[in-house]
Amino acid sequence: MEFGNSGSLSEDGIHVDMDRLKKGEVNLGTSIMAVTFKDGVILGADSRTTTGAYIANRVTDKLTPVHDTIWCCRSGSAADTQAVADIVQYQLSLFAMTSGKPPTTQTAAAIFQEICYANKDRLSAGLIIAGWDERHGGQVYSIPLGGSLHKQSYAIGGSGSTYIYGFCDANWKEGMEEQDAVNFVKEALKEAIKWDGSSGGVIRMVVLTAKGADRHLYLPDTDYSVRHDA
Amino acid sequence: MVRRRPLTPSSSFPPKAPCFHNPPSAFRTPNESPHNLGYMMQRVTNHHTHKTTDVHRHGLRSRQLHLLPDGRNFQVEYAVKAVENGGTSIGIRCKDGVVLAVEKVVGSKLLKHSANKRIATVDRHLGVVYSGMVPDGRHFVDRARDEARAWRDTNKTPIPTADLASRMGGYMQAYTLYQSVRPFGITAIVGGFDSELELPVDGEVGYGPSVGAGGKAPDKKHGGPFLYMIEPSGLYWGYYGAATGKGRQAAKAELEKLDLGGAGALTLEQAVKEAARIIYLAHDDNKDKEFELEMSWISASDGPTKGKHQEVPKALREEAERLAKKSMESDDEDDDKKDDDKMEE
Repeated sequence: MEFGNSGSLSEDGIHVDMDRLKKGEVNLGTSIMAVTFKDGVILGADSRTTTGAYIANRVTDKLTPVHDTIWCCRSGSAADTQAVADIVQYQLSLFAMTSGKPPTTQTAAAIFQEICYANKDRLSAGLIIAGWDERHGGQVYSIPLGGSLHKQSYAIGGSGSTYIYGFCDANWKEGMEEQDAVNFVKEALKEAIKWDGSSGGVIRMVVLTAKGADRHLYLPDTDYSVRHDA
Repeated sequence: MVRRRPLTPSSSFPPKAPCFHNPPSAFRTPNESPHNLGYMMQRVTNHHTHKTTDVHRHGLRSRQLHLLPDGRNFQVEYAVKAVENGGTSIGIRCKDGVVLAVEKVVGSKLLKHSANKRIATVDRHLGVVYSGMVPDGRHFVDRARDEARAWRDTNKTPIPTADLASRMGGYMQAYTLYQSVRPFGITAIVGGFDSELELPVDGEVGYGPSVGAGGKAPDKKHGGPFLYMIEPSGLYWGYYGAATGKGRQAAKAELEKLDLGGAGALTLEQAVKEAARIIYLAHDDNKDKEFELEMSWISASDGPTKGKHQEVPKALREEAERLAKKSMESDDEDDDKKDDDKMEE
């Protein structure tokens, strides 16, 4: 590597090492998103996992539960994001037991952020936290690379998201019905998969409402038109 | 003999005594390093004899405080005695808030009036009052503040009153387990108002949808006023009205007469006046020294204290004290009349 492993200031300017992953590390070059709708939130993701140009897994599940109705979309290093999600899942189950009530999405977001910020130099994790709780309804939080915390109506992330900023901005509506929100997520992810080389495979979704978590699966064979059993 | 676990390098012999600088990990604040058994083992040896006997090898066990055969713990019972001699403290949980009040016994005329506060703020929305040994109470408050801070650090939100009571109950209980420490000589009353509003995560930026979050459970109320009392054993319960200290019997009798849980429950201002009256009533003029009344209150975010724990304003406190004194006088008159009736007979 020409400029070594870390950022440096040389005569010809500042060089930042964008290639944070180790050689051969599994990357979630990804399209992920989460949206609020009338009854809660929907998370969506593609299913491609790569090590460089090689597709290490074509049916990955990037939607990870950290509590019954609090989930996260993972992008960045698969190892890092799995480790962080495991820690938060443990913390939230402990919280539920000791306090006798389910954690809120905010509690989850706070714990995620603390870990991502405190270890910002060592992690490559771009996370979207989405959840439903009785008190706050459906909420979406985004935690990008540096460990900041953003509350949003909807959030998109991963390398594929760059292709769908325009689509989302043009088609987003607040307080959609469930079916409309599902279609919005699906159409956005279809675009991301079409244009982003690091995104592909199936489309996975999770709908979180008062009724709990409902998984969706759409396969490319039918151009993602048929919902299959997840 | 086999050492079960290696001693840490820091376990110099003889060990540093006494133990208060390095309390067992159960007492350490959540910010300090996690439990370390090797560390615990360094106090295996007895620092009076410097002899390493079989008992000392199992020092953790020898340092436990054993229950008496009848299932009692004298240390805890003595601590309760210390509380029973302290100035009366009460807490009232009413419809729209919590009131804390204490009969602050004035030990000397040289002490500055209304200085040396006995009610402490633990977090913006949490207050503590206690009866018994004041230094123990101060330490209790310090620890409660640490707990509240630690909760904010991890959860980025204020600690619910129930969780603080649980943490502090656990902390007090730990001091009943070991020979090297004694239980707290206090009973503490913890009052708080958990926000009924939706609070942001501390430090978050941005907004959700302008139409508001979807899928909320309709008509469900959250948060509200809470009151807990924690005893030297570590036992704690949630209360509508709590009383401890010297005048607790009289105070409890009065609290039981109030409507605190029902539909016609007291308002916060009524509760302030009742609290003042009860403290005056529980005070025995003949036996007890002079006292000052100290009161604090916590309302909802749309109430007089805006969700914060604050001292009751001087004007309201003085009004409450005036009414309290008046009710005492009329009680005396009633008593006199009864006596007169008897005389006639």
